Amino acid sequence: MNANGNGNGEPILDVHDLRVWYGTGGEPVRAVDGVSFSIGAGETLGLVGESGCGKSTLGRGVLGLLPDAAAVDGSVRFAGRELVGVSQKEMHDMRGPELGLIFQEPMTRLDPLQTIEAHFREALHTHRPELDKEEVRRRSLEALAGMGIPRTRFAQYPHEFSGGMRQRIMIALALVLEPKVLIADEPTTALDVIVEAQILGILADLRRNFDTAILLITHNLGIVAEACDRVAVMYAGEIVEEGDAREVFAEPAHPYTRELLRSTISLETTGLNYIPGAPPSLINPPPACRFHPRCPSAMRVCAELHPIEVRAPAGQRVSCWLHGPESEIPPGGREELERRQFLEAEEA
Amino acid sequence: MRQRRLSRWLGPIRESTGVSRWILWSGVAIVAFFVVLAIFAPLLAPYGFDQVSDAAGRFPKQGSPDGTHPLGTTVGSYDVLSRVIWGARTAIEVVLLAVVFSLVVGVPLGLFSGYTGGRADRVLVLIMDALFAFPYILLAIVIAFLLSDKLGQGVITAAVAITAVYVPQYFRVVRNHVISVREESYVDAARALGAPRRTIISRYILQNVVQSVPALATLNAADAILTLAALGFLGYGIQPTDAAEWGYDLQRAIDDAGAGIWWTGLFPGLAIVALVTGFTLLGEGLNDVINPLIRARSTAKPDIPERPGGGIGEGAALPPADPPPSSDDARGP
Amino acid sequence: MSGPGEQAEGGAGDTLLEVRDLHTRYSVRGSFFDRLKGRESGSVHAVDGVTLDLRRGEVLGLVGESGSGKTTLGRTLLGLVEASSGSIRLEGDELTGRSEAEMRPLRQRMQIVFQDPHASLNPAMTIGALVADPLRFHKLVSGREELRARAVEALERVGLAPASEFLDKYPTDLSGGQKQRAVLARAIILGPDVLVADEPVSMLDMSVRAKILELMLELKDELGLTYIYITHDLATAKFFCDRIAIMYLGRIVEIGPAPEIYARPEHPYTAALLRAIPEPDPRRTVPRDLPRGEVPDAVIPPLGCPFHPRCPKAFEVCGWESRDLRTLLEERWTRLSQDDYERERALIGDLDLLDQPATEVLLPAAEGGAGEEAAEVLEAMRAETPDDPFWSGVAATTVEPGGVRVRFETPREPRDIAVGRSVVHCHLHDPGAIAEAERIRSGKGEDA
Repeated sequence: MNANGNGNGEPILDVHDLRVWYGTGGEPVRAVDGVSFSIGAGETLGLVGESGCGKSTLGRGVLGLLPDAAAVDGSVRFAGRELVGVSQKEMHDMRGPELGLIFQEPMTRLDPLQTIEAHFREALHTHRPELDKEEVRRRSLEALAGMGIPRTRFAQYPHEFSGGMRQRIMIALALVLEPKVLIADEPTTALDVIVEAQILGILADLRRNFDTAILLITHNLGIVAEACDRVAVMYAGEIVEEGDAREVFAEPAHPYTRELLRSTISLETTGLNYIPGAPPSLINPPPACRFHPRCPSAMRVCAELHPIEVRAPAGQRVSCWLHGPESEIPPGGREELERRQFLEAEEA
Repeated sequence: MRQRRLSRWLGPIRESTGVSRWILWSGVAIVAFFVVLAIFAPLLAPYGFDQVSDAAGRFPKQGSPDGTHPLGTTVGSYDVLSRVIWGARTAIEVVLLAVVFSLVVGVPLGLFSGYTGGRADRVLVLIMDALFAFPYILLAIVIAFLLSDKLGQGVITAAVAITAVYVPQYFRVVRNHVISVREESYVDAARALGAPRRTIISRYILQNVVQSVPALATLNAADAILTLAALGFLGYGIQPTDAAEWGYDLQRAIDDAGAGIWWTGLFPGLAIVALVTGFTLLGEGLNDVINPLIRARSTAKPDIPERPGGGIGEGAALPPADPPPSSDDARGP
Repeated sequence: MSGPGEQAEGGAGDTLLEVRDLHTRYSVRGSFFDRLKGRESGSVHAVDGVTLDLRRGEVLGLVGESGSGKTTLGRTLLGLVEASSGSIRLEGDELTGRSEAEMRPLRQRMQIVFQDPHASLNPAMTIGALVADPLRFHKLVSGREELRARAVEALERVGLAPASEFLDKYPTDLSGGQKQRAVLARAIILGPDVLVADEPVSMLDMSVRAKILELMLELKDELGLTYIYITHDLATAKFFCDRIAIMYLGRIVEIGPAPEIYARPEHPYTAALLRAIPEPDPRRTVPRDLPRGEVPDAVIPPLGCPFHPRCPKAFEVCGWESRDLRTLLEERWTRLSQDDYERERALIGDLDLLDQPATEVLLPAAEGGAGEEAAEVLEAMRAETPDDPFWSGVAATTVEPGGVRVRFETPREPRDIAVGRSVVHCHLHDPGAIAEAERIRSGKGEDA
């Protein structure tokens, strides 16, 4: 277990109080609203949450791939260097050799008019101009073969490959530049279950054999359990719980994590559970704790004060009043919150 | 329910902002001005469109603007102001008829062709493409010529000639749109629920296709004004005895220009330019407002959120920074 | 696929829908690039001889990966896609071969719910109009008031209550779960017997999926519905279905009572699917010995059993052929270093000769090279992975001047075999296939 990187204390990626708000013409959408986390070298952090919780925005925010309508605030430190406020050009030069990325739909990221080999040639020429032709070729071919792409097919075009092959090509293309951080946004969502498992196997090998830190963004708790050292759970633009994946899954400290695990239908499921209500709008999220309207354990304080991040007994960071700090809870704050029941129609 | 549906249609127009709003409303203003001229022509025009004399005697020939003829008179002794005003009536009439005719022919054909597909679709597309490829003014002249025996050279003939030019456009736009809508799940869902074919076409496809029609119709109207004027200019349009028509007046004014008589050509020309501009602005404005893709781009303008002082530090207690909820989330007593 | 082993499950009654040897073929035009390169169009056998019985009151799961034909099967059952051959009977009424107009009266009895609730609702109509519209299609109700009353009833039944809040809303005003409820309201308003649900929850958030599934179970009990639940998700199917049919490349490879399928998957594909699911339990990890590759091109499916190229348990008669040789060779090459690969590649000629499915094929030597060199590569392959099931299918190799000729065992089409209460489409359970394999093995033994 390398909870904080491979021993060398300094995290490779350190995000502090990051905020990404989108302009809409009206009120802004607070897609990411004060998020902090860090990843050590060689570590895999899983970022989970339901659709619309801001997890993809967070990934794009780290990579500087946000649309013009987004405003960014806070700090993203990569290997000691501040990335927020860096120019588009500098950011562009860092994507690839420093910060790798893998997306859900690889086809949209590959140029249909270029062969696979040409993609690699171009990436290496751009970011590793010092390499000679032979070395470029050797590295690309090794990277592709390492991902199980048949060597006879390197001169083919992206459309000639299946979905799983394309995703392998994307991974190879990201890894050939040997980035220190790899951000994978739902890398297996478009794939079938067996191919998904193959890709997860590849990611697990990466974790074992390379020093690359991975931020794995997914909605699938199973994938986190499979592939991640640590997990951060996002709800409505905030990280509500973060810690060692085994600990969090075994003993979820935040009620949202707990309920999400309970409502996930897996092979072990014997009864249906669900979280009442629906994920909130990020334009006007509930006050104080954003989960309190849906939370089965809500207390009076939860509707009045924003929770303070504390260490849960199992070691994870959690933002929930259930875990204190006791000194900050006003008198009577621990009483059960009286709420209106959700109408059935509001559920889902 | 009716009211809601209407407001759904008008909503985007009301919500439009910035340049597209400006374009839309200037278009509306110009077109409305000409529509008023057209409707109230008998009241607004000092003389009839073919009037060459009044109680005071015959009008002067090529008389310069003065008190009795504010915009002067033409070589045929017509009053230019009256001809421009009555010309607006002709233009609006022809364009209105042409648009209605093209919609009545083009939209159903496009719906049928797009939904049915197969051989009928191929044949129709071929015919329409052939019409489309034909030089439009020549097409209009041929139709006008063919119809002049039966219908005379009046407003109806001009409208039908112009219709023939624009039907292929409506057909194309509607057909292509139908082909994409036809593949939508909701059309399949309606089929699976047992909806008869005509219901699918009218309730599920047409409703989602018609949005593209108003903008197209308005832009075509602008074009139709030019076609009408061109027909008149070439002498294949409306007979001068039937109605006043700007294109015809322009043609008659050609010789005047060399002789320094500017008013006979300038005012009908300006009228054409103004009305075409009006329809174009209106069409572009509608396009911006109704077409959701363009709309999305315009609303995604950067909008920097304010940054409240003293960020959320780890472990820092936070007062509820959010505005109170609009919903009725009950709080503890 | 109604084997003798199938008996009525608890609660499920008489047969409602009988599907016999159903085939659906699509003709496909190649992509733009394919056409440029002159590649011919072909036809996809999306549903390839499906036989099943749907019993009143049960939930039958059709489970498979993309390209398995599960969605096409569902759409064929509803007549949204024309069946190429075979028969579908709804309580004796034949559904295939009907025109759209002849199909319409039967549509009251069979309904479908699509994956994307947003796309299934006409954006230009209000929820009230959408939900009541089926009644108008079939002229069951006339008059605004009654239509409205029926819409209110259906909306409240699916939990969109009070209905007055939803009647005049447009689909875009609703959340994903609410939209799927509206879709369900629309599906039940005609009082159908069968509801085909095509991935009804896969586009919804995790936290609300269970709620929609629960609603579907309630509706089933209250209205006496029978479900066909189409999904790629074995986890929800396990919970939701009474019986499961696992599909692969247009065929049902295993069908049986859900508890048995999950407890004892008999088909190697079912077993692989079950092991590949990532579970939210960090103590369990996905195994590494998963089937290789992906679902193959359905235009030219593999010979014999369609799963054999990926199957870890495949043996002599499963349908080994030329393309499998190419796959294995290319796989070996990804493991070699660049230099070794180039040396070996130089010994072999045009690999595209292996792309036509054939049970006898020449692995060509490079131009001007000797057949022995190609045979050398083949032996290196065998030496590297002697246990690969592929080698069981190789009947003989003969060195020729132009290369090495590889002859494969004769492929055998899998049959439906009853195993316990399930039916499995696999040679492993077919005594005939096993006996033949034994014969082949003993024959090879004597040669050695």
